[in-house]
Amino acid sequence: MQWPTLANALFPRGHTITERDDFLSGEAQVGDDVASATIAIIGTTGHAPIGVEIALAQATAILNTVRDHPGRAILILVDTQGQRLRHRDEMLGINSYMAHLGKCVELARRRGHKILALVYDQALSGGFITSGLMADACYALPDATIRVMGLPAMARITKVPEELLTELAKSNPVFAPGPENYLRMGGVRAIWDQAGGALATQLIEALNEPTAGDDRSALGLARGGRLLAQPVIAAVVAGGHVLAA
Amino acid sequence: MSSYLELSARERLQQLFDPGSFEEFLPPSERVVSPHLAQLNAPVAFDDGVAVGRARLNGEFVYTAAQEGGFMGGAVGEVHGAKLVGLLQRAVLDNAPAVVLLLETGGVRLHEANAGLIAVSEVMRALLDARAAGIPVIVLIGGSNGAFGGMGIVARCANVVVMSEEGRLAMSGPEVIETANGVEEFDARDRALVWRTTGGKHRYLLGDCQMMSADSVAAFRQAALDAIAACAGGPVELTLEALEREQQLLAERLARFGAMADPADIWNSIGMADAQRVSMLDADAFVAAAAAHRLGAP
Repeated sequence: MQWPTLANALFPRGHTITERDDFLSGEAQVGDDVASATIAIIGTTGHAPIGVEIALAQATAILNTVRDHPGRAILILVDTQGQRLRHRDEMLGINSYMAHLGKCVELARRRGHKILALVYDQALSGGFITSGLMADACYALPDATIRVMGLPAMARITKVPEELLTELAKSNPVFAPGPENYLRMGGVRAIWDQAGGALATQLIEALNEPTAGDDRSALGLARGGRLLAQPVIAAVVAGGHVLAA
Repeated sequence: MSSYLELSARERLQQLFDPGSFEEFLPPSERVVSPHLAQLNAPVAFDDGVAVGRARLNGEFVYTAAQEGGFMGGAVGEVHGAKLVGLLQRAVLDNAPAVVLLLETGGVRLHEANAGLIAVSEVMRALLDARAAGIPVIVLIGGSNGAFGGMGIVARCANVVVMSEEGRLAMSGPEVIETANGVEEFDARDRALVWRTTGGKHRYLLGDCQMMSADSVAAFRQAALDAIAACAGGPVELTLEALEREQQLLAERLARFGAMADPADIWNSIGMADAQRVSMLDADAFVAAAAAHRLGAP
């Protein structure tokens, strides 16, 4: 979905989002006449490769929100092909720019900003770790693509036959791309219905939903997509054994 | 004196901390292995490539993890990541004085891609939770696999990054960049360029690494002690002021060096001329020579 279409569906009362070099930022009113609030929107479009500039631009927008609008909820709109694969970005320390972005999101959370993310197109590997995966809750549209890499590339690097990966991907969410698999593993909280006026309603519900810490491994266990993560965390914390899931 | 680079993860734990003091959580005898590797006909390890626990450093227990580069390059899968998250959470519950992470990793384990990606983000959140609880997190990077991918991001969420010259810290590996954009973009076989771009000295000069260590376990041990001591003076948690300073550092870096093609150009422009000489200096001589030039120093 194109971001202007998405924004109109999410924010029927209007918004001020602008696009500059694949970077999105702006504000929007959510809610009705009885209860409305302004939220900040930060994101990327055009399947942006996340290089040092766009990582810094997102971090700057988040710190500005923390400084100028304490407590204002932040919605991160995700569409990225992953980190930019250039020597220049590595030379400049792209991992530091990405970590900076992640830390800015974390600071906002600590200071009482609700952080939501919506994967409305693509979310890949490094571009996703410091955006959607840093949110209190990450949502996705049904048609979104979420993955680390495609099965052909995974087959080449792991030296596992692509046919085997394709077969395994049918039942094991670990290998296959797609929002349903991230839902089962707890990485995506819910897949939003994009029909009619549903998006605006779901956004308001998400903004009103209380969040308490990182519960993704528990969700992954409950939904059957990551059976060992939560038991291993619990065993290390308690000094006990891993109970068979 | 043992080369840190050449040791296994468990040897590092035995030699870096007080002798015999490492107590492992969820040790290999528990036989908790990756649930995903067997169906790919890939070997498993009873520790899934990471040992977590606590060990004494000059008598005081710190919480620690060491990734084994010899098992799948130290890459993070579901169990491996969960062990790191569990360690960081336990450090908070037990009010540990510090967490010391001996990273050696290629990042997300592609054999368990989706689970590995979520796991790395959970490690990042758990690390920042530990800092928010007032526990300093120190990262040591000196293994032959460096710290790459999502774990290169995690490393920069720590309070202090300690590197040897041989250690490497980056996001995408040179091979990945060469495959994606050609040998003209990044020649992965040009070892000197790889070291200039990702190695400890460059990271130290830019301010992405706060302390340099010689490639010995004794030097890394002392650096870990110094790093913990350095954290005692200020806030351990994220602050707006510290992130504003970091933002300024990163913005200035982009403005000053964004048009340059080679790390040697950057060194030259900050007064560390003669890249050949810079690469020949040992850790102590390099730190002394860099003192007046390196960026991001507190």
